[in-house]
Amino acid sequence: MAFAAALLGAVATPALAQPKPATLQTAGSEIAFTTKQMGVPVEGKFGKFTAVIALDPKKPEAGSVAFTIDTGSARFGSPELDAEVPKATWLNVPKFPQAGFQSSSVKAAGPGRFEVAGKLTIKGAVQSVVVPVQVTQAGTGAGATSTATGSFIIKRLAFKVGENEWADTSMLADDVQIRFKLALTGLAPL
Amino acid sequence: MNAIPTTSRYSGLAIALHWLLALLIVGTFCVGLYMHELPFSPTRLKLYNWHKWAGATILALSALRLLWRLTHRPPVDPPMPAWQRLAAHAAHGALYALFFAVPLAGWAYSSAAGFPVVVFGVLPLPDFVAPDRALAEVLKQRHATLAFALAAVVTLHVAAALKHHFIDRDGLLDRMRPARR
Repeated sequence: MAFAAALLGAVATPALAQPKPATLQTAGSEIAFTTKQMGVPVEGKFGKFTAVIALDPKKPEAGSVAFTIDTGSARFGSPELDAEVPKATWLNVPKFPQAGFQSSSVKAAGPGRFEVAGKLTIKGAVQSVVVPVQVTQAGTGAGATSTATGSFIIKRLAFKVGENEWADTSMLADDVQIRFKLALTGLAPL
Repeated sequence: MNAIPTTSRYSGLAIALHWLLALLIVGTFCVGLYMHELPFSPTRLKLYNWHKWAGATILALSALRLLWRLTHRPPVDPPMPAWQRLAAHAAHGALYALFFAVPLAGWAYSSAAGFPVVVFGVLPLPDFVAPDRALAEVLKQRHATLAFALAAVVTLHVAAALKHHFIDRDGLLDRMRPARR
């Protein structure tokens, strides 16, 4: 009887339950990064990633965001750089085929704005990051789409990206800007 | 034949630009020849950027030099057969055209390859072409071809100047000598 009550209680308290995850539309989504080599901004992209975004914009505290990125899908578009990225000095793709993010808290930060804090894992190193996210929505009902955009800076050396001779930040800046644009369907209205 | 009078020398600015650009162009050409065979390394990255900075400097100084040339009358030619006069003027025309064509092709190649040029690491140049791998390959070849053409005309220019000075003994080099004797 107590068990049944507990069960009923759980069902009756949807506030504790995670919202149904939104669906990531690969077509309109991208995760890009910009490095600076001797002052020259060089942009690359991750071609393959998945995300689980369970968020009710009206109750962001109950939400969670998780990303898995295939490190082997990183491309600068320059054959020379693209051949380098998988090597041990850089992303070490054979040993660390995936990078990831798992949120620990989601907070509202204004209309359509959220602050997602969590752990970013790259090349086996874990760092805390706070990511500002802006969400816009278009359409209504089943055809409604949401676009989440944002950018943040990470320190590449904290993840040992660019070791040994490449650790020199006068050649290659420590700061790497990460930019994302995610096209989502199934996100609850703002 | 006597040496030409000093009034037929180039002006101080023209002489300074000539030798400064001569040094920059020869140096940048040699760095270009060397750097593209290096393996991926900080040294390679450094040389590529220095090469681009030097190229942008050559482009800017060449614009200044062209402006000077268009607004000043150069010293009169020493006596020579008409075909040589024609060849000399054609070679100078080709030199000026290549002073612009070589760095412009390099700049476009850099943009097409996805590496904007940031002069001295602080002054970003605009990209007139979007990143495009196929276009980058074409522009790379174009840049190299034009650079070798410049090297060929420069070689001809130097050989002709030396021939005038040491075989014809017409004092031609005095027109471009940095300091008066």
